[in-house]
Amino acid sequence: MKPKVAFFDFTSCEGCQLTVVDSLQTHLDLLEMVEIVQFREAMSERGDDYAVAFIEGSITRESDEARLKEIRARAAVLVALGACAHIGGVNAIKNLAPLHDVRKYVYGERAEWFATYATRPISAVVKVDAFIPGCPIDREEFIRVVNALLRGIKPPIPDYPMCVECKLKENVCLFDKGGDCLGAITRAGCGAICPTYGDGCEGCRGLIPNPNRDSMQSVLAARGLTPQDVMARMTLFGSYEISKT
Amino acid sequence: MSQNMHIDIHHVTRVEGHGNIVVNAKNGVLEECRLDIVETPRFFEALLRGRPYTEASHITSRICGICAVGHATASLRATENALGVAVSEQTRLLRDLIFFGEMLDSHVLHTYMLIAPDFFGVGSVIPLAQVAANAVLRALRVKKLAGDLCAVVGGRHTHPIAMTVGGFTHLPSVDEIKALRERLILARKDMDDTITLFKTLPWPRFKRETEYIALSKPNEYAFIDGAITSTDGGSWNISEYKTITNEHLVQHSSSKHTKHKRESYMVGALARFNVNYDLLHPKAKDAARELGMKPVCTNPYFNSAAQIVEMVHSVEGAITICDELIARGITPEKPYTFSGKGGAGVGACEVPRGTLYHNYEIGDNGRIINANCIIPTGQNLANIEADMRALVPQILDQGQEKVTLALEMLVRAYDPCISCSVHFLNVRFI
Repeated sequence: MKPKVAFFDFTSCEGCQLTVVDSLQTHLDLLEMVEIVQFREAMSERGDDYAVAFIEGSITRESDEARLKEIRARAAVLVALGACAHIGGVNAIKNLAPLHDVRKYVYGERAEWFATYATRPISAVVKVDAFIPGCPIDREEFIRVVNALLRGIKPPIPDYPMCVECKLKENVCLFDKGGDCLGAITRAGCGAICPTYGDGCEGCRGLIPNPNRDSMQSVLAARGLTPQDVMARMTLFGSYEISKT
Repeated sequence: MSQNMHIDIHHVTRVEGHGNIVVNAKNGVLEECRLDIVETPRFFEALLRGRPYTEASHITSRICGICAVGHATASLRATENALGVAVSEQTRLLRDLIFFGEMLDSHVLHTYMLIAPDFFGVGSVIPLAQVAANAVLRALRVKKLAGDLCAVVGGRHTHPIAMTVGGFTHLPSVDEIKALRERLILARKDMDDTITLFKTLPWPRFKRETEYIALSKPNEYAFIDGAITSTDGGSWNISEYKTITNEHLVQHSSSKHTKHKRESYMVGALARFNVNYDLLHPKAKDAARELGMKPVCTNPYFNSAAQIVEMVHSVEGAITICDELIARGITPEKPYTFSGKGGAGVGACEVPRGTLYHNYEIGDNGRIINANCIIPTGQNLANIEADMRALVPQILDQGQEKVTLALEMLVRAYDPCISCSVHFLNVRFI
């Protein structure tokens, strides 16, 4: 019997689910291997019997916790899909300012109409069995993870820094071109796509295990970044992770 | 047939984000008819405050996975207008090219994967592949071309990398442009087949007059920059956008509503078609004729047909730009470096779902002081509800199942992007 798979989203742009749809362009055979029973963005069918649940989005209000826990109770395997679910993503930037200021700035005097609390990744609410990092996820990595899950083995997510992949691509280091980059402390797996397109790594895949953040910060400072600029680099995607270390 | 009806569609499917449709009719009288937007608020304007201006386009592209290029472009135009940055002709051409790619990508996703299943009476594109395999393969082929086009220019479609203030951090090669051009030429056949397919489908018949608003330019079908223009007459500079949008909060929607002179207005492919029809590529005008539409078209279900017209326009427009880039070659250019002087500015684009405004105030330290983003779906919410209120009494006697489907199809026709507007769709009949 084909494993039943479902997709769910919380606070996110749904770009990772769209990337899943895009990955099917070149891997239609994947649809032969699994049965998708729920994927609200793409289909009307809704099945509640599933073995694998992919979750996009971070958790930003209390009412979403019950829904996530229910999904956890049904799914044998729960996978965080993308940076919002994995590390909070850009949604966690809001945690840097007092919550009442943030709410008032957008909704004014009606702020209390719309519930919200500090952004958290889904692992802060339920047990997560596997994660696919990135903003958005990498198509090929998604395929590799699904492949591993189908064979019942641990998904091959790198735990070395992005710099390794950037060197393998033979890119000129952005620091040598007058730029800056978080590649030295960020988890690889994206093929160093941002430096390849001329932009420094923004850290969307989260920190590697045991990152040397102090050294990273002094390298950025030596490049001429102010402490505020260094903080901005570290918090674009890392606001939640940094608050926990 | 009972004249009492309670519809409560929780989390409408095949739309981007979370919304609910709520309808309540008693003795043939419509008592309640709402589109609840239940998406979690994301507070992007607040996120931007205090961030370096260079991050704005990267943060705001994360508003939407479908129209990330549109958000990045509107953001860059706002920043460039705030800082007084002029962009080169090459940058303008490359932005137009990636925009055509996004338009094609978004419209093919919507028409084939989100709308077409309703016409075939199936729940999604997966069973659709059983009954219309060639159509699904065509959609995947066009979508891949559109995504690859965006990747050549911006590094990737969902959250472009190389687009930056004043230009690009990476430029495509002429060979890459040539390869794209060849595939775009082949896509003409797919466009023809798309028209052949969709013109035979049973489009719902429903009309309601409303105001249509889109950006317009004198010599081109506007997607980036232009003047705000209304079918009710009038044209405004984009810096006056607030006099058009008049955002206000309603309790059942975490996305703000807007209104201009009437109770609501519509933005998106149909609005652009109605405002800028004369500037469509001749092949796109042919497509409109085949699909049986001409301006002013007041059937909101035809927003998806206008998207097909724009797909044809985008393929032809992209070919023209490729020709121009191949002829002039690609020149290395340096993007902008900060002058130390801040300012305020508005950027506006016609993204797939309608007019998008970004407005920033940037300090002399290069940090964003204030930000405002007005999203197409937010502008359409009041108009969708006005359509629902006009439509339901006309079809109330058809029974709950048909009314539910008609309302879901209506909401889908607008191609709402609820994460953008906050997040959105469920039909609830209570």
